[in-house]
Amino acid sequence: MISAMRRLFMRWLTRPGWTPRWLRLGVALALASIVLVNLARAPASSGAAGSARQSSEQLASTIRSVTARAGPLKDEGGPPTTLPNAPAKSPEPPGPGNPTTTFPTSPQLVAQGMSLYENGCSSCHGTLLQGMHGVAPSLVGVGAGPVDFYLSTGRMPLDNPREEPQRSQPAYSRTDINALIAFITTTGGGPPAPAANPAQGSLATGFHQFVDHCAGCHQLVGRGGLVIGAYVPDLQSATALQVAEAVRMGPYLMPHFDATQINQHELDSLARYVLWTRHPSNNGGWGIYNIGPIPEGIVAWFMALAALVLVARLIGERMKTE
Amino acid sequence: MSPIGRAVHRRFERGLRYTEQRLGGAPVYKYLLRYVFPDHWSFLLGEIALYSFLVLVATGIFLTLYYIPSAHEVTYHGAYPLLQGQQMSEAYRSVLDITFNVPAGLLIRQVHHWAADVFIASIVLHLVRIFFTGAYRKPRDINYYIGLTMLLLAILEGFAGYSLVDDLLSGMGLAIAYGVALSIPFIGGQLSALIWGGQFPGTDSFFSRLEIVHVLLIPAALATLIGAHLAIIMRQHHSQFPGPGRKERNVVGTPTWPAYALRSIGLLLAVAAVLFLIGGLIQINPIWQWGPYHPYLSENGAQPDWYIGWLIGALRLMPNFEPVVAGHTVLPNPFWGGALFPLVVFGVLYAWPALERRFTGDRRRHDLLDRPRDRPTRTAIGAAFLSWVVIIFAVGSTDRLFFRLHIPYTAMIHFWRGGVWVLPVIVFFITRSGARALKRSETHPLRGWQGTIVTRGPDGEPRILQTAENTTAPREPPAGTVPGHDHPEQKPTP
Amino acid sequence: MSDSPGGPSRSLLARALAILVTIGTAWRVLRRKPLGPEAPPASSREPGGGANDDPSERTVPGNRLAENLVAALLVLGAGCAFAFIAIYIVLQTNTQLLGLAMALALACLAAAAIIAGKLVVPQETSVEPRDRLLDESAAAEVVEIVEAGGEGISRRGLLTGASGLAGAAVLGAAAAPLASLGPPARSLHASPWRRGIRFVDDQGHVYAAADIQIASFYTALPEGGDADSLGAGLLVIRLPQSMIHLPADRRDWAPEGIMAFSKICPHAACAINLYRYPLDESTADDPPAFTCPCHYSTFTPGDGGRLVFGPAGRALPQLPVMIDSDGNLRAAGGFDEDIGPSWWSVRRT
Repeated sequence: MISAMRRLFMRWLTRPGWTPRWLRLGVALALASIVLVNLARAPASSGAAGSARQSSEQLASTIRSVTARAGPLKDEGGPPTTLPNAPAKSPEPPGPGNPTTTFPTSPQLVAQGMSLYENGCSSCHGTLLQGMHGVAPSLVGVGAGPVDFYLSTGRMPLDNPREEPQRSQPAYSRTDINALIAFITTTGGGPPAPAANPAQGSLATGFHQFVDHCAGCHQLVGRGGLVIGAYVPDLQSATALQVAEAVRMGPYLMPHFDATQINQHELDSLARYVLWTRHPSNNGGWGIYNIGPIPEGIVAWFMALAALVLVARLIGERMKTE
Repeated sequence: MSPIGRAVHRRFERGLRYTEQRLGGAPVYKYLLRYVFPDHWSFLLGEIALYSFLVLVATGIFLTLYYIPSAHEVTYHGAYPLLQGQQMSEAYRSVLDITFNVPAGLLIRQVHHWAADVFIASIVLHLVRIFFTGAYRKPRDINYYIGLTMLLLAILEGFAGYSLVDDLLSGMGLAIAYGVALSIPFIGGQLSALIWGGQFPGTDSFFSRLEIVHVLLIPAALATLIGAHLAIIMRQHHSQFPGPGRKERNVVGTPTWPAYALRSIGLLLAVAAVLFLIGGLIQINPIWQWGPYHPYLSENGAQPDWYIGWLIGALRLMPNFEPVVAGHTVLPNPFWGGALFPLVVFGVLYAWPALERRFTGDRRRHDLLDRPRDRPTRTAIGAAFLSWVVIIFAVGSTDRLFFRLHIPYTAMIHFWRGGVWVLPVIVFFITRSGARALKRSETHPLRGWQGTIVTRGPDGEPRILQTAENTTAPREPPAGTVPGHDHPEQKPTP
Repeated sequence: MSDSPGGPSRSLLARALAILVTIGTAWRVLRRKPLGPEAPPASSREPGGGANDDPSERTVPGNRLAENLVAALLVLGAGCAFAFIAIYIVLQTNTQLLGLAMALALACLAAAAIIAGKLVVPQETSVEPRDRLLDESAAAEVVEIVEAGGEGISRRGLLTGASGLAGAAVLGAAAAPLASLGPPARSLHASPWRRGIRFVDDQGHVYAAADIQIASFYTALPEGGDADSLGAGLLVIRLPQSMIHLPADRRDWAPEGIMAFSKICPHAACAINLYRYPLDESTADDPPAFTCPCHYSTFTPGDGGRLVFGPAGRALPQLPVMIDSDGNLRAAGGFDEDIGPSWWSVRRT
């Protein structure tokens, strides 16, 4: 088998043709090294799990006493970073008098959440929700919004903490997510989750707000893009609740916006606009992803001009030899 | 002849007599009707460009009757709900009205924009054909310079056209053009103040001036140059590919009347058909989704139209090199990518006929074209230069693609800063050896047969009669040598 | 008025398929020898030919099928054109139907013209001689005629030089009024911000210091100023004091950690609208930074707008902030450097 492959390879390498041999060898080596590099890159395995089992009340009191001693959220004492003593980006509250989203809670859910948390989250976020320096942020005081956002968009759990969390299939069912929310908010506290009602928003306000605050990263019709350091997701799968949660908390590298900057009506309008971007008004026909001149150039060259070259080939002749 | 035929014949004769008694142009008509066009399909690429230009002028006249070239701010109370109550320029509002209120307005707008993209794309394809077949050699170098000038004017015209709309995307493009204009050493500041009437975004008269450039100045220049281009072609006659009966001193092909004229008209109609098809079915430049331009707004993923896209790649690749001498910023950074790069590209293109004359010593008149494989070095240099420009273009437009592949943007830029110089060299060597191999073997790499003919000699030992490299190999394997491959047109073995 | 993209894109696919099939069929029809009882002989492609070097020929197709096809296409095209007129009158702004009708009409006519040009009218290959371009004797005559115009003129050199000077001077005079088209370049240094001007948003509401949260960003404009002036837009943020490292002459430019920078990128004048703020130090190595969406120049506000990546040649200009007695934000002076893209005198005021 190996000798047959070697024979095939030598035949390809040495057969006469119109690419020089040194080039074929170079291409083969380059392809082989790309394949090998990708195989060698193993996904990071999650850290060791396992910690003492405690009831959720004991856990909550432990967390409260720990944070009371340490003062406001501070560095756990690891090696110095580029952001010494920087407070974590805590989520903005929904604002006084603004609607909130409440998730179901019960002692059973809390207990279920606790066991889910121990199995799936504590290896990075710590048994006391304290986080791990260089790996995962603390979950004390985050509230329901971030937990629901990260879990319902499938961004958490995250295999490799050095990678950017990206939207994927949620790993937990809705009940499990509710359980985790119940556990984390009961033990860690934090503001309630925000709410957004698209039906009460106006598209014109939403578009205006989106251009002012969001289009710089998310593109005018929410198709995403990039910043230096991260990939900015498109918003076509986002629900109104997820929009509200993201706006108030600022996931990953995103800034957040409090109720003074974006009030509830504007938040409703933003949610309405983001949902609208799933089917924007493409009066001109096929929207070709609504990202502008790049797909337009592709259509011009590879559809229109290609069709016209075909017509030219039809009309004209090929070169007559001999 | 049928009655209708007889009536047409009589009408035509009478009409011709009418003009002949006044203009006496029969010799010219005779010349034009019998003028011979070569039949090769690649000669039609320039016609695709010409016919796109006609579509542009026709649709442009329609648009110009509705467009209002004013930067004066108004509040929108029109048909599109997402922009209700927004502040915008009158120019932008007039284009929104064309889109939503004028019957067939959006169709004409989209046809116009698609035609611009296809116009410049076909010019580039035509230029590629001219270059790789050596059609720019004497006596056609003059026409080549005219063609390059038309390409330059077409690019500026397209940029001016979509910038007239004053939407967020094109406004960002104008801001960058302002940055590039400022970056010209010494005179950049005064030049920009002249064009914009001061600091960007300029005065209210900016759009009316831009409109005059787009609607009158450049189209008039283009029309004149097209006229000159065609007149020179007719004076010199078309070039042609070598072939049976084709010499340097003749042209072999189809006369204008009736066949070529009909085919050419068919091409014109086909160009218009394709442009109207995509103009109606595929959306382009949905400016209502972008919103109006304000200097303090921008969006992620903004790109110019493709024929400016090669510049954005250069602007993004360049490191932050900005030399300052005695407090004067001698070469502001946008100069490298926005001014020097296109200057070099067009400079090389303009200089090429003279350069080739100098380096090959060939100063004769040429009317027969080369196949690209017949001049491997020229083809390789052309391919390398083209790949240089195309790679820079790709770097500017594929940021989203690299991120999907989990390659950080900064790493990609650092790689390509070196890569844009290395890859063209590789392309040069590949192309040159490929052209040489094609020239030797005389077979098409994808269609020709690439085998070896072996026979058994009298001593029983195999002897190689022909390979793809040592002789002119037949296009098909000889009869009986390959089972199941009997072809009705095969030649007997020599 | 909005079309959902699902419908048109699916039918577009079907239409594209139909077009491809049509083109493919037409291709095969036109590439084969012409149909019909009087099929003409093949054109000069005999192998081994060469004795007859004259490639001219003329064939008359006499192809009734093709003629009928052309007529049918013309009628069909006319029908589509009438359909266009009808749709225009009735539906007015339905871009897709209008485009389709016109495209089909034109395509039918195009097909008719091409089929006529290849299968209906006589096909002719003719040879035309090329003109000699350089006619030595005629060129010599031209030179003689021009030179004869100067017969008897003695001061040829002086007159030529003087007319050259005069021509250049008059051209220069004709071009000079172009300069009236624009103000002097001095205006490029301008910015609407002065000490005491309040920060407002694009609706005109004044920013108070208490409004500015950490990890958010705000766009501010000068109160009473022209919002569309290039220097008007500001990026306003608040950073924790530990993240701020300003040079000595700008130490007091960030009261309570509130900083303001020009929104216009000093590379090519795009508005900077991207702000990244990391979750906390445990998950991101990158400090808070602004990025310009055009060519990705990245500036760190904590270091006073220093460039950390990208092609911009200067740092992001910073505006000093002060908090007035009502707790509102005001400019405490002008920018530390000219805003906008670099030009010859941008570093000189």
